[in-house]
Amino acid sequence: MSIPVPSGVPAGVAAEVLDPVAEVEAAAARGGLRRVRLGVLGWVSLVVVALAAVLAVVGPLVRPFDPNLSDLSFAYVGPYGSHLLGFDGQGRDLFSRLLVGARTTFLGAAFVALVAVAVGSGLAVTAAWFGGRVDRWVSAGLDVVFAFPGILLAVVAAAVFGAGLMSAGLALAVAYSPYIARVLRSAALRERAMAYVAALEVQGFGAWRLCLRHLLPNISGLVVAQGTILFGFAMVDLAAISFLGLGVQSPQADWGVMVSEGKTGLLQGYPMESLTAVLCIVVVVSAVSFLGDRLESAGKQAHR
Amino acid sequence: MSALLEVRDLTVRLRVGGADREVITGTTLEIAEGESMGLVGESGSGKSMTAKAIARLLPAGATVEGSVRFAGTDVLGLSGADLRRHRAKVAVVFQDPRAHINPVRRIDDFMTESLRTLEDVPRAQARTRAADALEEVGIDDPARRLRQFPHELSGGMLQRVMIATALLSRPLLLLADECTTALDVTTQAEVMAILDDLRRDRGLSMLFITHDLELAGAVCDRTSVMYAGQVVETSAAHRLHADPLHPYSAALVQARPDVTSTADRLVAIPGRPVSAFEAPSGCRFAPRCPHALDGCRGHEQTLADLDAGRVRCERAATLRGRLLDPTESPTESEETADA
Amino acid sequence: MLRFLLRRGAMLVATLLVASFAVYGALDLAPGSPIAALTGGRTPSPEVLAELNARYHLDDPFLVRYWNWLTAALTGDLGQSIPLRENVSTLIGQRIGVTASLVALTSLVIVVGGVGLGLLGALRKGAVDTGVVLVSTVSAAMPSFAAAVVLQFLFGVRLGWLPVLGTGTGFADSLKHLVLPALALAATSVALVTRVTRTAVREELDKEHVQTAVSRGLPWSSVVRRHVLRNAAIPITTVVGLTVASLIALSAVVETAFGLNGLGAYLVQAALNKDFAVVQGISLVLVVAFVVTNLLVDLAYALLDPRVALGSRAS
Repeated sequence: MSIPVPSGVPAGVAAEVLDPVAEVEAAAARGGLRRVRLGVLGWVSLVVVALAAVLAVVGPLVRPFDPNLSDLSFAYVGPYGSHLLGFDGQGRDLFSRLLVGARTTFLGAAFVALVAVAVGSGLAVTAAWFGGRVDRWVSAGLDVVFAFPGILLAVVAAAVFGAGLMSAGLALAVAYSPYIARVLRSAALRERAMAYVAALEVQGFGAWRLCLRHLLPNISGLVVAQGTILFGFAMVDLAAISFLGLGVQSPQADWGVMVSEGKTGLLQGYPMESLTAVLCIVVVVSAVSFLGDRLESAGKQAHR
Repeated sequence: MSALLEVRDLTVRLRVGGADREVITGTTLEIAEGESMGLVGESGSGKSMTAKAIARLLPAGATVEGSVRFAGTDVLGLSGADLRRHRAKVAVVFQDPRAHINPVRRIDDFMTESLRTLEDVPRAQARTRAADALEEVGIDDPARRLRQFPHELSGGMLQRVMIATALLSRPLLLLADECTTALDVTTQAEVMAILDDLRRDRGLSMLFITHDLELAGAVCDRTSVMYAGQVVETSAAHRLHADPLHPYSAALVQARPDVTSTADRLVAIPGRPVSAFEAPSGCRFAPRCPHALDGCRGHEQTLADLDAGRVRCERAATLRGRLLDPTESPTESEETADA
Repeated sequence: MLRFLLRRGAMLVATLLVASFAVYGALDLAPGSPIAALTGGRTPSPEVLAELNARYHLDDPFLVRYWNWLTAALTGDLGQSIPLRENVSTLIGQRIGVTASLVALTSLVIVVGGVGLGLLGALRKGAVDTGVVLVSTVSAAMPSFAAAVVLQFLFGVRLGWLPVLGTGTGFADSLKHLVLPALALAATSVALVTRVTRTAVREELDKEHVQTAVSRGLPWSSVVRRHVLRNAAIPITTVVGLTVASLIALSAVVETAFGLNGLGAYLVQAALNKDFAVVQGISLVLVVAFVVTNLLVDLAYALLDPRVALGSRAS
C-alpha cells in the first residue's frame, strides 16, 4: 500500500507506516472493547447489576403494593403476610418501596456517569487533539473544578437551584468530569502520537472523522472502565446527597432517602427500613465497582 | 591453597506456578582462597542460580539438595544470625546497579549501611572509609558523590560504587553476577580492570559469572562452563579458550568473534539453549552437538577428570585436541567414530 | 525548592480566586432574592426594601459586591447571615472545631488502621493476609452514610456502648461522641489505604535493591524498615493525603447522620434554608482546606522521593 507524501511532511512519518489499515486494526485490538475474563465473582456482579437495571425500569410495574400508600396503624410492623419486609415508620410497604427506589438510585447514577463520560471524553479528546494552548487551558480549567469535591458542589447546587435529583446529578457530573478527562487525556495523547493517526491525517482525513471514528473508539475500553467506576461512585454520592435531604425528595421512594427516613425507627429499635436500603446500596455498589476494577485491569493488561 | 568454597552435587528446584522446576542439576565446583573462578554459560543455564544458592538468596519455595561449604561451615544449614554473618562474608556485585541500589537513599547511606548496622562503626568514620573506597575505584570528588542520589550517577559509576561497597565490608568471597553486562563497552573494560586489580590486591576469592568466555579467560584462574543446569567442563581459564574439552565449550569459543584474527569461521550453535527442567535425558547437549552419537543420548554423562581439568562428555578423550581444528568437520569425526 | 513553592503558591491563589468567584457568582445568580427569605415571603414596603438593600449592599453591581466580599473574606469577615442576622465568621468559628476534630480523628483511624492492616497483610502471608483482604473488601463497600447507620444500630442501639447523636460536652465526652462518626467516615478510606499499602509493600519486597540489602547480611527488621517501608511510604503518603482531603467535604454526611454540630452539617442546613452567605463562607473554607491539603500531598511526595522533580506527581 502506498501513501502519497505531500511536501512538508517528514518522510519518516509515512515511511514508518507501511500499512495503516493493519495499524488501525492493531490499535483497535489494543485499546478498544474486547472480551474480559470475569470469573465467578464477576458473573455474580454482572447478574446483580443486570437485576438492578431491570428493576430500575420495571420496578414500579412489578411492585406488589402502592409504595406511597400510608397506614400509620401499620407503622414499623414487621414482615406480615404478603408484605415481605413489613412496613416503614409511616406504615408503607417496605418491599414495594425498595423495588421502586431502584429507579432513582440506578438511573440517577447512570445519568451522572453518562454526562461525566460525555463531557470528560469530549474535553480529553479536544485537549489531546489540539495540544498546546488548548490543552493548557483545558487542563487549567479541570484543575479548578478539581478544587470542588462532588458533595460540596452538589450542596451548592441545591442551594442555587433547589434540592432535587436533577441539580444533584448535574453537580456530580460536573465534579466527576475532570477525573475521567485526566485519565482519558493521557490515553488520547498516546493514541494521538501513534503513527497511524499521522498516516490517516496525511491522507486527508478530517479531525472530526479521525477523533470519532478512530481515536475515541480506540480508547473505548478505558472509557467504559472509567464510566463503570464513576457509575459506582455516583450511586454512593447520589444516595449520600439524598440522605442529606438535598437529592431525591421525600415521599418519593429512593434508597438514600429510605436510609435517612428509616433512621428514626432505627434509633428506636426498628432498623428494617434503613438496613435493607443500606444492603441494597452496598450490594449493587460492590458489584459495580468490582466490574469496574475488572474492566480497568483488563484494559491495563492490553496496553502492556 | 585450601578450598574456601566447595559446592557438591548442588541441585536446585524452583516453585513455578505450583510445579517444581529443576534449574540446577548436580553442580560441583570449588574455589580456593585467592582464586578467581569463572562461571560461563548462556542465559537459563543456571549460573546465576548457583551464585544465589551460595549466597542463600534463592527465592522462597526453592528446594536445594547437595552441599555448599564455605570457610568450613555448611551454608545450606544456616539460619538467623549465622546466615546473616555468612551473607556478610560473601559480597555480591549484581548485574544492574540501578535496580540494585535503593533509589531514595543517598550513596553515603548505601555504602555505609553494613558498616554502621553490622559493625557499629560510627557514621563519620564509616563515611571516611566510604570516601576512600570510592577513590580506590577511581571516582573523583567522593565527598560530593556520597551526598548524591543514585539517579544522579551514571551506570558505570554506580557499578563502581557497588564494587567499592562490596569491598568495604572485607568479604572473603566476591560473587560478581554479570556485573558488566549492563554497561557500555568502554565502561565495561574500565570497571572490569578496577575489579580485577582490587581483587588481586586483596587476595580475594571470586566467582565471576558471565556469558563471555573470553572475558572470563582474562580475569579468572579457572573457568567452569554450565549448560542446562550442569557444569560440563572446568579447566584452567587460558586453556579452556585455546583447547576446550567439551563440545559445548568449543562451540562457545567458535561462536565468539575474535578481534585478533579475521573472523572467517563464526559458527552459531544450532538449536536453542535449554534449561535444566526441559533438558533431554542422557547428554543434555546431545541434540545440539555436532559430535554426538546415539550412545551419548542413552545415559547421563558424568563429570570426569581429563588432563588438568574435568569434563562431562564420554567422547572427550576421543575428541581431545580436535574440537577447534578447522580441518576437522563434524561429519568426518562422526564417520570415524562410527567406523 | 523555593521556586517550586512560589509556583505552587501562585497556582493555589489562582485556583482559589476562580473557585471563590464561582461560589460567589453561582449563589448570586440563584433565583429568588435573599430578601424573600428574610421577609418570609411577604412583600415588604418599598422603604423597607430600600433599607434592606442598602444594609446588605444588594444594589451594588455584581463585581463590586464580589470584590468587597473577597477582600473582607481575606480579613476574616465573611459577611452576614441574613436570616440569622449573625456574622458568618462567628458561625463558622463555633463549628469548625467539631469538623476539625472529626477529620483529625478519622485521619488517625485511617493511618493506624489502613497502614497497619496493609502492612500486616503484606508481611504476613496466608490466613492473616486473607483476613486483611476480607476486612478491606467489606469496608470498601461501606459508604459513610451506610456505615453510620450500621454503626449506630450495632454500637448505639443494640450494644449501647457509645452515644449515637450529638456533640457532647467536655473533652472526654466529646471524644466519645466522635468515635462512631470517625469510624463511619473512615470506613471506605481505610479499605483504600489498606489496599494501597499492601500492594506497595508487596511490590517493594520484590525489588532488587531489597535483595541487595538482604545479600549484605542486614537484619530483616532493618531491611523492612530502612528499605521496604521507606520506599513504600511514597505511594502510601500520597493516598493517605488525598483520602484525608476527600474527607473534608464528606464530613457533611457523617455530621448530619450523627447530629454533630459541625461545618458540614451546617452547610447542608444553610443550603436548605437558602442562607447564601453561610453557604458561600463554608464552601470557601472547605475549598481552601481541600486545595491546601492537596498541595501538602504534592509537597510530601516531592520530599519523600528524590527522583521526582518537584511538582510532578506520578499518577
